[in-house]
Amino acid sequence: MAVVTSDRGRRQAAATQASFLYRPEVRQVIYQAILVILLLALFYMLIHNTAANLRKQNIASGFAFVDRTAGFDVSQSLIAFNSSMTYGRAFLVGLLNTLLVAGLGIVAATILGFVIGIARLSSNWLIARLATIYVEVIRNVPLLLQLFFWYFAVLKALPPPRQSLSVIGGGFLNVRGLYLAAPIPEPGFEVVAFTLLSGIAAAIAVYVWARRRQTLTGQQFPVLWTSLALIVGIPLVVHLLSGSPLAFEYPELKGFNFQGGMVLQPEFLALLLGLSIYTASFIAEIVRAGIQGVSKGQKEAALAIGLTQGQSLRLVVIPQAMRIIIPPLTSQFLNLTKNSSLAVAIGYPDLVSVWSGTVLNQTGQAVEVILVTMCVFLAISLITSAFMNWFNRRMALVER
Amino acid sequence: MVADTDVAAKVEAPPRNSVGPIAWIRTNLLSSWSNALLTVLGLYLAYEVASSLVHWGLISATFTGADGSVCTREGAGACWPFITAKFAQFMYGRYPEPERWRVDLVYLLALAGLIPLMIPRIPGKFWNAIYVFVIFPIIAYVLLVGGVFGLLHVDTALWGGLLVTLVVATVGIAGSFPLGILLALGRRSKMPIVRWVSVGFIEFVRGVPLITVLFMASVMLPLFLPPGVTFDKLLRALIGVALFAAAYLAEVIRGGLQAIPRGQFEAADALGLSYGKKMGLIILPQALKLVIPGIVNTFIGLFKDTSLVLIIGLFDLLGIVQLNNADSKWFSPTTAMTGYVFAGFVFWIFCFGMSRYSQMVERRLAAGDRR
Repeated sequence: MAVVTSDRGRRQAAATQASFLYRPEVRQVIYQAILVILLLALFYMLIHNTAANLRKQNIASGFAFVDRTAGFDVSQSLIAFNSSMTYGRAFLVGLLNTLLVAGLGIVAATILGFVIGIARLSSNWLIARLATIYVEVIRNVPLLLQLFFWYFAVLKALPPPRQSLSVIGGGFLNVRGLYLAAPIPEPGFEVVAFTLLSGIAAAIAVYVWARRRQTLTGQQFPVLWTSLALIVGIPLVVHLLSGSPLAFEYPELKGFNFQGGMVLQPEFLALLLGLSIYTASFIAEIVRAGIQGVSKGQKEAALAIGLTQGQSLRLVVIPQAMRIIIPPLTSQFLNLTKNSSLAVAIGYPDLVSVWSGTVLNQTGQAVEVILVTMCVFLAISLITSAFMNWFNRRMALVER
Repeated sequence: MVADTDVAAKVEAPPRNSVGPIAWIRTNLLSSWSNALLTVLGLYLAYEVASSLVHWGLISATFTGADGSVCTREGAGACWPFITAKFAQFMYGRYPEPERWRVDLVYLLALAGLIPLMIPRIPGKFWNAIYVFVIFPIIAYVLLVGGVFGLLHVDTALWGGLLVTLVVATVGIAGSFPLGILLALGRRSKMPIVRWVSVGFIEFVRGVPLITVLFMASVMLPLFLPPGVTFDKLLRALIGVALFAAAYLAEVIRGGLQAIPRGQFEAADALGLSYGKKMGLIILPQALKLVIPGIVNTFIGLFKDTSLVLIIGLFDLLGIVQLNNADSKWFSPTTAMTGYVFAGFVFWIFCFGMSRYSQMVERRLAAGDRR
């Protein structure tokens, strides 16, 4: 890839004296034409070879296989799936599983990462040291190794169902996964659900109103307590008043296994644990750098005008730190989503495992399957970064 | 309060409770009630972790034995004889035993080149770099692959363990360098097509997981080649890793290019240097020096990511540990844990060492800018 720059002085000299071929504009066109021709030749060669190879190996091409019957089962799916359904449906199952583990992982990693990042800056020497050790150990060990550790060495080494470990809230942990009580809505629960949803909506409205009032008048409003009352308090009262219309089904040991309740499979648990713990160590570093990036004067000024320690952190330091934190945080979220593809190594049925694993092996249509996988991840990346860019613009400093 | 102004102030020692270990504990551990509570919590946590580690790794661990049966007793800790028995495999894979001196020699030659290169005080960096980046790779290739000078040919299918991890990581980063530089320059080019192609490649590769790139290299690459041409499995993985690393490296180098002041470009133009000379002699040396920490960080990431090659059927350090964990001769409840702890420790030593080195370089570079 040869490249040439034009600078004004040379261009003028070239226009008057040098030959046609020495003009930067002409050269640019020539270089780019060569690049395009090379790329086209490369693509032509690739497509030609691929077509020839596929013909030779008798592999079909095109997306007709999507409608064919899959013939395999998936151990965990958010939508109904069985072996008589199509490959297309299997794709959807894998995609939803990827999004599920990535979404939960992002939430868990963010919370853990913020806690550890703030702990690293703690004035308590011991806490800061422990947080540093956590970060230095976790981020210098490959994620795949950590996933194997959680899956093969921890979760698969748990006792069989009969000697299950009890978990608070009527749950059980054994080699087959984590069994938890499943909530079963009873008639009348719609009202509670409705209060909860409207509570969330009201809390958002209060937040927006309080912000606007604060920018206009400088007066603060206790948003946190109001939101808590709206989201937790009122629905809880309604729930109790309407006679607790939510039953729990507890898992029970019957024969060799547990019946009832809901189960989180070890593959899912291992992936979620590994992804959150690993990504949290990176987020912790980002948070620490962000808070340290806010100049000391800001905090001192906040304390000088009489804000308490907590207020100065919440109202002065954190909002400014967020501006530094958000862009790298976005790329950590994307990394976590991309890393969720390591599920294939421990057998969690995510997109890569179901689609680029089982479906690819059954159909042999490598080109289509892998291109689709890549496009899905690209789309997730682009959507996430678009959203985070929008969020970042809102948080960014509004300069005069 | 009586002010004794006429008495010369004696220099007194600071109050006993503001210096010394007790004062240190008071300010750093017990400055408030909540802080004291955190300290107690932290102590408990540290004690739990440290005691269970010591218990698992030393007190209840097994140190000698010929197979897994010695580690199967109730409450057994680490199964260290597993590591001693398999150590050679973890290091060399199935590399034929009489030929392993060649791998050791390559490590020695690498260290002989890298150590002087990494210590800033030692002179002769130019020839040192020539050795590390030109002469050493040739020697290493000849030694590892063999087939010439009477050396036995060793098929890459027999390579494994730490050897594969190191080969994939170093060849991956070295192979990605030229492409990474070209992509970084292309992304800053004024020619629209060149820029779009570079941006397209960089963003595409950065947007997909490494595992799909590796799948592509292992499954799709054979389809792309003319019928009859086949590639070694390791080479396919290397191509995938190098393409992947190139996109990340390009972004790091672009950061360096952006940090070079305009005046440098203009001065080079004013001297009448061609584009190649301007970049090769003026801009890139400065830009690359600026981003050494970034390059090391990319390398650390790549080093950890090499463990993914086990998914496409190569046996790197983690792959070979995983393989041996399933060895029925060494079956015991703690074999897997011991294997992972060992592999994790090896990876950790490398990554932690490199990150410390990059921090050192960063401080040195920053010192040059502090006037």
